[in-house]
Amino acid sequence: MILPSLILILIVGGIASWIVARRSEVVARLIAVASVLADLFVCFGIWVAYLGQSHSTPERWFVECDFAWIPQFGIRIHLAIDGLSLALLLLTYFLGIMAVLSSWTEIRERVGFFHFNLLWVLAGITGVFLAVDLFVFYLFWELMLVPMYFLIGIWGHERRIYAATKFFLFTQLSGLLILVAIITLAVLHHQSTGVFTFDFEQLLHTALSPRAARLLMLGFLVAFLVKLPAFPFHTWLPDAHTEAPTAGSVILAGLLLKTGAYGLIRFVLPLFPGPSRELAPILMTIGVIGILYGAVLAVGQTDLKRLVAYTSVSHMGFVLLGVFAGNEIALEGAVVQMISHGISTGALFILAGLLQERMHTREISAMGGLWETMPALSGAGLVFAMASLGLPGLGDFVGEFLVLLGAYRANVPLTVVATLGLLVATLYGLRFAQSAFQGPNPHHWKLPDMRLREWAVLGLMMMCLVWIGLYPQPVLNGVRPSLAAAAKCIPAGNCQEIKR
Amino acid sequence: MNHPDFAALLPLTIVSATAVFLMIAIAIRRNHKAALTIALIGLAAALGSLALAASVLPRQVTSFFILDSYSFFYMAILLGAAVFVLLFAYDYLNCREEQPEELYLLVLLATAGAMVLVASRNFASFFLGLELLSVALYAVIAYVRTESISIEAGIKYLVLAASSSAVLLFGLALIYSESGSMELSQFTTAMTRTAGHANSFPVLAGVMLVLTGVGFKLAVVPFHLWTPDVYEGAPLPVTAFIATVSKGGMFALLLRWFHVSRGEIAGAPGLVLSILAIASMLTGNLLALRQTNVKRILAYSSIAHMGYLLVALLAGGTFGAPAATYYLTAYIVTILGAFSVMTVLSGSRWEAASLESYRGLFWQKPLLAAAFTTMLLSLAGIPLTAGFLGKFYVLTAGAAASRWVLLFTLIVSSTIGLFYYLRIVVVMYAQPTDPGTKRDAPALPISLPATMALAALTGLVFLLGIYPALFWDTIVAVTRNLG
Repeated sequence: MILPSLILILIVGGIASWIVARRSEVVARLIAVASVLADLFVCFGIWVAYLGQSHSTPERWFVECDFAWIPQFGIRIHLAIDGLSLALLLLTYFLGIMAVLSSWTEIRERVGFFHFNLLWVLAGITGVFLAVDLFVFYLFWELMLVPMYFLIGIWGHERRIYAATKFFLFTQLSGLLILVAIITLAVLHHQSTGVFTFDFEQLLHTALSPRAARLLMLGFLVAFLVKLPAFPFHTWLPDAHTEAPTAGSVILAGLLLKTGAYGLIRFVLPLFPGPSRELAPILMTIGVIGILYGAVLAVGQTDLKRLVAYTSVSHMGFVLLGVFAGNEIALEGAVVQMISHGISTGALFILAGLLQERMHTREISAMGGLWETMPALSGAGLVFAMASLGLPGLGDFVGEFLVLLGAYRANVPLTVVATLGLLVATLYGLRFAQSAFQGPNPHHWKLPDMRLREWAVLGLMMMCLVWIGLYPQPVLNGVRPSLAAAAKCIPAGNCQEIKR
Repeated sequence: MNHPDFAALLPLTIVSATAVFLMIAIAIRRNHKAALTIALIGLAAALGSLALAASVLPRQVTSFFILDSYSFFYMAILLGAAVFVLLFAYDYLNCREEQPEELYLLVLLATAGAMVLVASRNFASFFLGLELLSVALYAVIAYVRTESISIEAGIKYLVLAASSSAVLLFGLALIYSESGSMELSQFTTAMTRTAGHANSFPVLAGVMLVLTGVGFKLAVVPFHLWTPDVYEGAPLPVTAFIATVSKGGMFALLLRWFHVSRGEIAGAPGLVLSILAIASMLTGNLLALRQTNVKRILAYSSIAHMGYLLVALLAGGTFGAPAATYYLTAYIVTILGAFSVMTVLSGSRWEAASLESYRGLFWQKPLLAAAFTTMLLSLAGIPLTAGFLGKFYVLTAGAAASRWVLLFTLIVSSTIGLFYYLRIVVVMYAQPTDPGTKRDAPALPISLPATMALAALTGLVFLLGIYPALFWDTIVAVTRNLG
């Protein structure tokens, strides 16, 4: 019963803070923090209980729950947690708290409804990371869209309606494709075995013709690549990230993108090992294109949030490269990259939010020389810019390094090209840090430096990044068994094949 | 005709008798509340008699009617929808200076017509039911005589529906001339004929003409031209009635006689139905994009939804008929909910039809706006609402029958559809304009029955979307014996 309660706490907390907000906004915010915190502690508890004492647990899932829901179609509310889900859930709740804290002064209108939506997005994301039944997975996958749509559409910036609608339409279209793929998979399973089920573990054993497997995989792939986002499907991302309020951007970049990568690792690799192997070179190429394309466009941006949004495209390219490199090192790198990108990009969006709150602009050209008026905030900005460009010692470096290490075994030319992405990253990272914080202060900004709450938010995120950067072993230990389960599906001969 | 036959016909008899009784009552003394009460009691008694008469099913009564669990299920849906329509019509008419009583009479007659359609097994009863429904509709569409737009809609509907009836009648005649039989079951056999034993030309032409007539009633492309104007012009409760009872009854008939559970709909009829489905899905959703009147948006959206229903019909197999039935139930509940929110929001002189009248609704009446959002999301097929599971079942039926072209059209068009549902939602959650500038009069307070009805509909949308297991077995059972 632990797993449904994770979702229920958020749902109830959301309703409660909506109701309470009429009386007191502070209490509403506190309720939001408290409910996310409760989930965070539950996840910590699971982590300590299952990963604390030994390195390998015999069972596939740490905790599992399974209820019948729509028996006629064999749909069950089947939730389960393993190392991968657990790591991503910890990230979810960590960023969730940061999102609430960072909107403490930014959101002043309709506070209750804002926190309602925020908590419901988190509930949807929790469901996505927990669901083992594909129907339930799709349900949460869609469900997290609606509150996210409201977050962008109501509290966003100037072109919010356009951005929110574009975001919703992109994900809905790709979502319907995955729904058809899921249904077809279940129908094929029904036709061959006579059992109707949407359970992932049972569908693993469905006998598929190569052609059917390829088509079905495409259905899954499109949904996840849009969410990730991979190169040709990324166009919703800069708009949505830029127009969303700070908390929305944090959740979009930190969490929603991760659901796409999670789907690739959890579902696409095990369900369709054959086509994954076939398509791996193409997908890795798409990943590399994304790395370079995102980085190059990031260099040219003048809007701070848009810049950060394009760096996300670049960083998620590494994740795609790692997922389809076909070995465990790259997969581990991809997961570390997911987590540290969540934190570093989330922090950059919070930083952009802080700057916008103070300066009422996101244009980098309007900044400059901020160090002299806000040394602490500028220092924090520098740290996160460094993290984003992959400075050793911070989280992103570990992820990118492992991905490149793994990808090198699979495909040398692509890896070499991907490494160029790090170079461009240096360019945009330094350009941002330099033109915003360094140099003279041409606009004569006089701004208040970070407050205690802001210190706490960014400080915590910094600590996490340094921790992952210096000692990623706990994370790797946690996710290794689940990744092994996913990587098992790709035979070891993969690398040689591609090399030849 | 013996005793159980009369028992089986009880629901139809009760509705017809209530209509006659109401007519006499109006002639004696006009009273709005009394008229509503009589109509509601009649409908409720008919609903109750469904349960009573269920023991004598299935039963063929004369060569006109077939009364089985399928027809009773649909009758229950139609009667339920009519109850909701009347509840909202009361508030709507109460604040308008019209003589409201006859509307109830006409709605009862139209409901009886739709029920006849659902239960008919013969050309004659089919046509009689259709005409009973249509003639009553001509009058109710033009019911508010002070509005020229209503009169225009009524005339438009009269001309088009009458000519489509003529086409239908000609089609029936052609089939009769060829086969010498008036059984509707000929359609089922005509749909399954393979290329080897093709239908003879008169039969094929007859089937096409009948499909044209049916298509007019369902408003599928290219027979949809009346829909937006009639939806816009008719009083809101009547629009709701057309969207639910009129289309529901006709679709029940189509599903019963054109559905094929073994094999697939072959040859020219299958091709024509596929084209109708694809054209309806795309055209309906595309034309809705640029509308600024919510009634017109819902009109175009209904065209698309009929296309989705045709997909389920075409899919056939074990899932096709239950999927179509579930989808139709979900659609009826949802669209009733949507129109009832609109009715509740309307003032005494204007209807809440323009998109502008919803601006900032969420910040003024959060519960109503939340209900309307639920209905719109259900129409768009977002999880946890009835519309999503409906769509899920339709997709399952289509996938099981490998109807990929139809499925992909469905996906693409429902994404297009999402766009205009979101447009309404966006307006509701936008900043409110200055109060009182857009409206000529403040909206009236919502009456208790309307509130309860709306709450019930919203609850049903969630119930159908969250716990379908409750209904699915029933739906599978009632559709088991189709074609």
